[in-house]
Order: sequence, then structure tokens, then C-alpha cells
Amino acid sequence: MIQFLAKRFMQIFPAFIGITLLTFSLVHLIPGDPVELLAGERGIDPERHAEMRISLGLDKPLPIQYLQYITNVFKGDLGKSFVTKKPVLKEFMTLFPATLELSLCAMIFAIMFGLPAGVIAGVKRGTFFDHSVMAVSLTGYSMPIFWWGLLLILFFSVHLGWTPVSGRLSALFWIDADTGFMLIDSLRSDEAGAFKSALSHLVLPSIVLGTIPLAVIARMTRSSMLEVLKEDYVRTAKAKGLSPARVIMVHALRNALIPVITVIGLQIGVLLAGAILTETIFAWPGVGKWIVESINRRDYPVVQGGILIISSLIIFVNLLVDILYGIINPRIRHTG
Amino acid sequence: MMKWRNCIKTSSITPLSITVILTILTASLIIFNTAVQAKTFVYCSEGSPEGFTPALYTAGTTFDASSVQVFDRLTSFERGTTKIVPGLAESWEVSPDGTVYTFHLRKNVDFHTTTFFTPTRKFNADDVIFSFDRQRDPKHPYNKISGGNYEYFVSMGMVELIKSIEKKDDYTVVFNLTKPEAPFLANLAMDFASIHSAEYADKMLKAKTPDEFDQKPVGTGPFVFVSYQKDSTIRYQANETYWAGRAKIDKLVFTITPDASVRYAKLKAGECHLIPYPNPADLEQMKKDKNINLMQKEGLNVGYLAFNVKVKEFQDAKVRQALNMAINKQAIIDAVFQGAGKVAKNPLPPTIWSYNDAVKDYEYNVEAAKKLLAEAGFANGFETDLWAMPVQRPYNPNARRMAEMIQEDWSKVGVKAKIVSYEWGEYLKRSMAGEHKSLLLGWTGDNGDPDNFLSVLLGCDAVGSSNRSQWCYKPFDDLIKKAKLTADPAERTKLYQEAQVVFKEQAPWVTIAHSVVFEPMNTKVVDFKIDPFGKHIFYGVDLKE
Repeated sequence: MIQFLAKRFMQIFPAFIGITLLTFSLVHLIPGDPVELLAGERGIDPERHAEMRISLGLDKPLPIQYLQYITNVFKGDLGKSFVTKKPVLKEFMTLFPATLELSLCAMIFAIMFGLPAGVIAGVKRGTFFDHSVMAVSLTGYSMPIFWWGLLLILFFSVHLGWTPVSGRLSALFWIDADTGFMLIDSLRSDEAGAFKSALSHLVLPSIVLGTIPLAVIARMTRSSMLEVLKEDYVRTAKAKGLSPARVIMVHALRNALIPVITVIGLQIGVLLAGAILTETIFAWPGVGKWIVESINRRDYPVVQGGILIISSLIIFVNLLVDILYGIINPRIRHTG
Repeated sequence: MMKWRNCIKTSSITPLSITVILTILTASLIIFNTAVQAKTFVYCSEGSPEGFTPALYTAGTTFDASSVQVFDRLTSFERGTTKIVPGLAESWEVSPDGTVYTFHLRKNVDFHTTTFFTPTRKFNADDVIFSFDRQRDPKHPYNKISGGNYEYFVSMGMVELIKSIEKKDDYTVVFNLTKPEAPFLANLAMDFASIHSAEYADKMLKAKTPDEFDQKPVGTGPFVFVSYQKDSTIRYQANETYWAGRAKIDKLVFTITPDASVRYAKLKAGECHLIPYPNPADLEQMKKDKNINLMQKEGLNVGYLAFNVKVKEFQDAKVRQALNMAINKQAIIDAVFQGAGKVAKNPLPPTIWSYNDAVKDYEYNVEAAKKLLAEAGFANGFETDLWAMPVQRPYNPNARRMAEMIQEDWSKVGVKAKIVSYEWGEYLKRSMAGEHKSLLLGWTGDNGDPDNFLSVLLGCDAVGSSNRSQWCYKPFDDLIKKAKLTADPAERTKLYQEAQVVFKEQAPWVTIAHSVVFEPMNTKVVDFKIDPFGKHIFYGVDLKE
């Protein structure tokens, strides 16, 4: 086991260096000079331009800039944003709870509806319900998020007035963001109705962000159920005279869930990194939108740092999953 | 229970006591109600501020969140106009040679009391000196804080212009300039010249948190900064002791909403009172909506096509005039601006004083254009390039489409233009170096002074930077230089109007459009005035019950 763990940790290191190298080179390869963008139409004289490049640390050759960057990363310093001049790590920490909160709610929504739909579709294979679930999930999977989000806003928020259009809390509540998780902060505050407002602001973005994972989970559960239902032990269970509910819930589903859980794990990574469009539509102050805006402004430290933290998180989650697998199934430990 | 009943029975309830109790109850209800129904104005802004010290930044979004609400300046622009009025300086005198400005400061002005700072003294000359010295003195303890780039201060030429700033007494400050500069008072009304609290700066420096100074602003303005949640909300409260009178609204909230369609949805759902930058495609629907008041005004900008006069084919003014005549501007306005623009004939927008309405624009006339080209020796036309910006700007919402229409128009007179585009930063850099033959660009005014358009965009000193035509024409340059040194507004107006005539004759540009700014708001919003600079001023705005 120790050997297995050591091996896994050894693999992280090159992955980590690879990410920093890749983001650094890609960011610097995009045409465009951050100094010119800061100056705009007014333009900037060459002397001042050179001064600003020095102050932003862009005057040195790229390999040296990279070495400086990576040395600082190991010291825990991801640099300061060119635009806001604030430390990247600090900015990330203020925005990440919003992304995490939204991703978790979206995942709960996806599992709550995707799993039962997949199970029923698998059991009732070939029926009208099965076809409907598959058709709806395919539609959900291919739905353009921007369009889907606006459609929901126009119908539920503007037409029916059931949910708020965007944001995390009504402008009438003045709450301190202590934890950054609006559900928790609003519960801790004394303002009546704040929690309800925070919850209602989560509904539409969670649905929009959860739509694709919901479709993936439903389809995966269905196909996994179909596989398992063909197995001998299921037939045996049925032959023993167990109730259909027990056969499905205990014997079939438990085994069918293994690949589904893997998919859910992967989807969490996708959600953390991929909430950009949802965050933009719902004016959700998360990390996805932050990184995209920084790419447009050529805010190198933010793009590099943001991507590095998110990738590290995904690497970490994968490592945890690997270790868990190793514990559950010794065969993986030995072959891995 | 018995005791209570007896008590009621035995006590003498007179009509007078009932009246007193009722009066107290009603009064407390009224007080309670006003406390509950604080007037909260919600503005769905388009983006996040970069920080809260205006001098460090150049974006309008940042100014809306900082200088406009929280700070004051020595001079200000009258709300909704470009007219200079007193701000923190009650009055001023200018020496006869135009190089010494003496400002008499307003007394009894409070800096904001916030959760993070309580001022112990009123605003005075030290605050003025601090606010300018930070930007002009490289040795100032705050000069390098938060990156230390003072783009506006530098590019408005303040570094060379200000020789010294003296404090004569607590309420008198003297600015000594190196040369007379007529737009100086307008410059002082700009965002970068916002006045900060020197006492607060000291406190933050002592606490070793000078960065905080630029993130948690303390000013003298109409609204007190309360909190900022990155990319989400900014909160302000009315400044109870504002020197010009308390704001009519109690609380001001910026809800950051980057997508224009979502902003519109929020306005319709009653979640915002006012939204900036609507989609042009939504304007028709907004006009029909009974709950929305769509205000509009011409913007302080100009969109133009600049000929690089250093290129062989554009050296002759006749060619430039001919290509002016060959463009159907009205068709461009209709297609590209969709009603949100007006044809431009001068390099200044009509909202700026000294705009010369007598100037006659080149008429769209293909035949006349061909004739002029033949006279210039280009009877068979020529090949050139036309640069189109990759981004959307207020003065040009779709440069690519505009370039295609111009390409089509020019082809009718035999000029074949190849459309070229680069990434925005690259576009700005290359065009400054004069790599283009002709290009589309524009400008939004900073201080409402004609000099801010004519010198910055067409002056000889700006060749190689913001003068994209590389056009240095002495008769024109003499006029604008003379105007800059003249203090008399009437005399300046005459000079600028003359300069506009020379500009039109020489045609270094095709002046294309001035955009129209739209501000959709809830019908409950009262007294909002569209700012010519495109800023969003909520002081003076009220909400109807």
C-alpha cells in the first residue's frame, strides 16, 4: 500500500509541472499585450510602455519569467492580478465558495432526478417512459446552456415571477459574506427571509448547470441497470421469489451504481471548471467567469493561478478516488 | 388575571390618556415604517470595478463604482452637462498669465465615517495635496501601492504641467503650472483628481495595510461605501452630512450583471431600477413597455475612419475628400447602429461646446468622387487596406460590418480595400506605429473639453500615439495650440470652430458617427439625468412610491 501511495504521489509531481508549463505557455502565446489593453485607444508612449512592462514583470525573457513564477508558486505565492492588484489566491478564495455551492446544488439536483429516471427507464426498457427519458436526456445533453438559461429566466422569473432572475441574494438583504456560502451566511444572519431568498436564487442556476450531468447520470444508470439485470444473480434472486422492488433496489441497483458513482465523480470536476456559462447568465460570482474575463484582459497571473488551483483540485480528487479504489479493490493496487 | 382586570377597572382611563397612547402608537408606527421602507435603489451594473481608487484605473465601470458615488473633486461637472461648477473648491482665481490657480476650499466638509474608519478632522488642504502628490511624486509612500500606475494623470500631461502644489493655509491651495493650460479646470473635475482622506491614508500606512486604502474607499461624496462582494454586489448608504445636501435615496446597491439580456430580464422583473448598455435589438421592445422609461442622449464620442496620410495614396487631400464622398454614411448608421447613432460631420460630438454646426459634410456622390480621384491621378483607383476593430465599442458596435459596407462603397469608385483585423491589444499597438493604411477607430471624451478631442486625436504632438492619421498640419495645429493657451472661452470657441473647418477641408478622417446612449429604467425612477460622459450618477435621483 505504501508503495502504491508513493507511486501515485510521484505521478502528481510531473502532472503539476505540466499544468504550470502548459498554462504559462498558452497564456503567453495568445496575441495581445496587457499593457496596450490597459492603455486603450489613448495609446501609450514607448518609454511608459517599457516602464509598465517592468512593473508587471513582463520585461524578462519567457523562460526566466516561468522560473520566477514556478519558484513563487512553490513558496505559495501565485502573484497579483494585473487589473485589481490583489493576490490571486485571495481572489480565488473569495469566489470559490460561490462556485462550490452552485456545483453541489446542481449535482444534488442531477442525482435526485437522474438516478430514479435512469433506474425506471432501465427496468421498464422499451416502454413509453423509457423512450421519453432517453429523448429528454438527449435533449438536455445537447441543449445550448445560454439559450436554456435565458429561456428559464424569461418563463419562470419574468413571466411567472416565481424565481429571481440572477444573483445570489435579493438586494434588500445586507448580509456579510463570512463563509462565502450564501446559504450558510444567510442562515447565520438575523435578517428574516434571507435564507429563503438565497435558496430561491439557487433554483434556476442549479437546474441549468445540473441539466447535462442529469442527462449523463440518467443514461449511465439506465445502461448499467440493463447490464446488471441480465446477470445470473439477479435471475437467482428473482427465482428465490424475492419481491421485484427488493431485486431491483438491493441486488441490481447496488451493483449498477459502481460505474455511476465514477461518472458522478468525474462530473463534479466538470462542474467546478465548467460553470462559466451558467455563472455568466446568472451573474453568479464564481471562478469560471473570473478566469474567462481574465483571459480577455490578458491578466496572466489570474489565468495561470486560477487554472493551476482548479487543476490541482481535480488531481487531488482523482488521487483520493484512486486511493479509495486501491483500498476497496486490492487488484487495482497491484496492477496500478 | 384578576389583578390585571382590577387594575384596568381601578385605573382612571381618561379620553386624554387614550389620545396620548394613540398618538405615541401612530408616531412609532410611522417611524417604524420609514425605517422598514428605506429607499433602496438597485443599479444592475455591467461589470466589476477594478478597485476603488479612481486614479489607478481607466474604466468607466470602475469610475461608476468609485469616483462618481464616493468621492468629490475640486471642480465638478454640473449633473447631465459638461459645464464646470465648484466642487470641494468653493471658488478659484487664475493668474493673468494663466499659470497660477488658487483654490479656496469648502469648509466643514466631512469625510465618511465607516465601519473601518472614523475621521477625527474635516476635509482640508492636506487632503488635496495628498491626492495629487501620490500621483506625481515617485517618492511618496503611496506612489507604488496597488501597482502605482496613474494612467490618466500621466496621459493628461499632468506630470509635466504641475510644477508645484502649495498649501497657503488650511483652506487655500495653489497650483503652479509650467505653462498656461485652458482645460486645467476640466481636468480637475475628472475621476483621477478625486480627493482622498490623508488621515485615512496615514492610518492604513501605520497599520501596514496601505493596499486596503484602495479597496475600501473613504471620500466626501454623496454615498458612503459599505461593502463589496467581488463580482456580485457593491453597497452604499446615503452620506447623512453631505455638504451639498443628503441624497434622496437611502441605500444604493450595485448588482453586477454582465449579460445585457439578463439585465433586461431583471429590469422587467423589477429586480433593478436602472440598467446600462441595453442590447440594441431590445430597444424597440423597451420603448413599448409601459413600466420602462427609455431615456436617450447623444454620447460624448466619435467613430471615425482615419487615413494614414504618410501612405503614398493618401497624401493628397483630394483622394481623402473623394473617399469621404464615396461613403454612404446614412446607410451605415441604419445598418450598424440600428437607430442608436447619428451621422458625424465634425471630429467633436455636438454636445461639446465649440461644435461647429456650420461645417458642411461631404455629400454622398459617387460621380464627384470618381472625378476627384481622377484629378489626383487615380482614375483607375488603387488597392489599399482597411482595418476593422475586433471589439464592440459605443462609437462602433460592429466594425467588421461597417468595414464591409465601406469596402463595397469604395469599390464603386475603383478603390479595392482589403479588410484587416487583429486582436485588440495588437490592433492598438500596430495602428499607433502606423502600420495601417486606413483604419476604423473612435474616441470617448474624458473631460468635455474640445482639446480632449482635437489635440489628442489630431494634434502634431500625438503623431505616433493617439493620432492614428499621423496627420500633422501646421495651420490646424497652430489653431488648437493657441486655443489651449487662451483662457477666454469665447476666443477659444472661435479658434476651435476654425480648426474644424480646416479639418474638414483636409479630410484626414471620414467622420462616421456619434452613438446615442440609452438608459432604460423603471418608471418609478425620478430625476435621473444622462451623463454626457456615460457615467451613472445617482445623487439627485429619487424613487416614486
